[in-house]
Amino acid sequence: MTRHQKEIIIKNVFFVFSLISIFILGLIVVFLFREGIPLFREVSLRDFIFGMEWYPTYSPPSYGIWPLIVGSLIVTIFSSLIAVPLGVLSAVYISEIAPPAMKEVLKAIIELLAGLPSVVLGFFGMVIIAPWLQETFDLPTGLNIVNASVILAIMAVPTISSISEDALYAVPNEFKEASYALGATKFETIARIIIPAALSGISTAIILGMARAIGETMVVLMVAGGAAAIPESIFDSVRPMPASIAAEMGEAPFRSGHYHALFATGIVLFLMTLAFNLIADYISQKFKEVGSATL
Amino acid sequence: MENDHFDTEIIKTKNVNFYYGAFKALTDITMNFEKRNVTALIGPSGCGKSTLLRLLNRMNDLIAGARVEGEVLFEGMNIYDPEVDPVEVRRRIGMVFQKPNPFPKSIFNNITYGPRLTGTANKSDLEALAEQSLKQAVLWDEVKDILGRSAMTLSGGQQQRLCIARALAMKPDILLMDEPTSALDPISTAKIEELIDELKKTYTIIIVTHNMQQAARISDKTGFFYIGKLIEYNATEKIFTNPDVKQTEDYITGRFG
Repeated sequence: MTRHQKEIIIKNVFFVFSLISIFILGLIVVFLFREGIPLFREVSLRDFIFGMEWYPTYSPPSYGIWPLIVGSLIVTIFSSLIAVPLGVLSAVYISEIAPPAMKEVLKAIIELLAGLPSVVLGFFGMVIIAPWLQETFDLPTGLNIVNASVILAIMAVPTISSISEDALYAVPNEFKEASYALGATKFETIARIIIPAALSGISTAIILGMARAIGETMVVLMVAGGAAAIPESIFDSVRPMPASIAAEMGEAPFRSGHYHALFATGIVLFLMTLAFNLIADYISQKFKEVGSATL
Repeated sequence: MENDHFDTEIIKTKNVNFYYGAFKALTDITMNFEKRNVTALIGPSGCGKSTLLRLLNRMNDLIAGARVEGEVLFEGMNIYDPEVDPVEVRRRIGMVFQKPNPFPKSIFNNITYGPRLTGTANKSDLEALAEQSLKQAVLWDEVKDILGRSAMTLSGGQQQRLCIARALAMKPDILLMDEPTSALDPISTAKIEELIDELKKTYTIIIVTHNMQQAARISDKTGFFYIGKLIEYNATEKIFTNPDVKQTEDYITGRFG
């Protein structure tokens, strides 16, 4: 066998393997849609998305997932409010300010945070945060939006921090030197040069962190409280989409309306995370092309 | 020149040693730089000329493990005195780098970056300053209609003149230039050299260059460095025609380096 033939074989082997993973992914999507779409023989898309009542086991059942969508969005937004400042500022500290020893320690801790199984964080929310919330604010339950947002934020911080950190490291040293040479202080250089230059990467980090939060299942199943209703306060319980799917799939009869409704919920969730990823991709591409020049 | 140097000197180093960690990069450098003159620093790679340049506005502070001994007197004040804020030093001693390094911002925002830091916020003041600086850097005619465009869209030579304009907008006393034309084509290089000739009427310029013809063309005095030592410091004409030290002559004539 010549070297040239070997090259061709190696090339094809890699091609086949990458094709297999794409193929499997494609099958999952096809399956998701095949099991979800039949729901719309019973319910209109509009009633499904904007329906206010999720009573899938009643007779007649009601398949409105608006409360679930709101639940997902609200915990995602609140967790971002906590995780974005923590993640971005810790990245700035690690990449620009921290002395080398501190940098190593912080990076190790954040990696550890990323490695914590979500079920362990869920325990933490149930056993520590929930009773504390319940007592402090005199609530009927500590399993609510605040609790879920805090735990989701803890999960999103490593994603946001590590991707932001990469973006900050990628800012050319020449920019920093130019800034210092013009008499800028370290803080001025960080605020006016480094962060703006890394903004596309930081935005990508934030969106991927949010995507992580919206798709997370175990945490919201354990600590969001599970009430399929539009919340009126941040101390109300909610039932985000992944929690609903995970909790109910075991009970739903095969290919019943409820079963199809859960798959259709899965489609909505899939489209939302897909949108998050596309936005992240778009931002990083767009700013790359123009060299983030308009900032 | 030696007899009236007390009137004309603006910055001088006194017995300066410089270390990167354990490595001694400069040994016992004592050098006067004269006002409204162009001083060229030449020598083979690694001889310490860039290190000396960056030491004059405390840019070496940014390198971990860097250490200075001796004094650098700027208008009589030791800029390495613990009381001195390096930020203030850099506002008065500007720098232009080897590779053009405009910020990924508009041309206008590049020029006004420094003045805004020092508190100039009035838009018409900033506009006037931008025009003045760009004219000084002979870039105004080329960019006056595109001030809002990204500086990254300019050519390399234009970017470097923009960086000079950006430094001039701070109205510095001294302009340090670290091989400012080494990344440029011959035409852009000629433009920058003309510019330096014009700027020396107002500013004191200290330039590091690898290009000996350039040093001969543009400078009044030249310092030749070799392995961290100042071998010879003389009027440029003398250095290039009749140097005092044999080593200088060998370098100038291309026998080593």
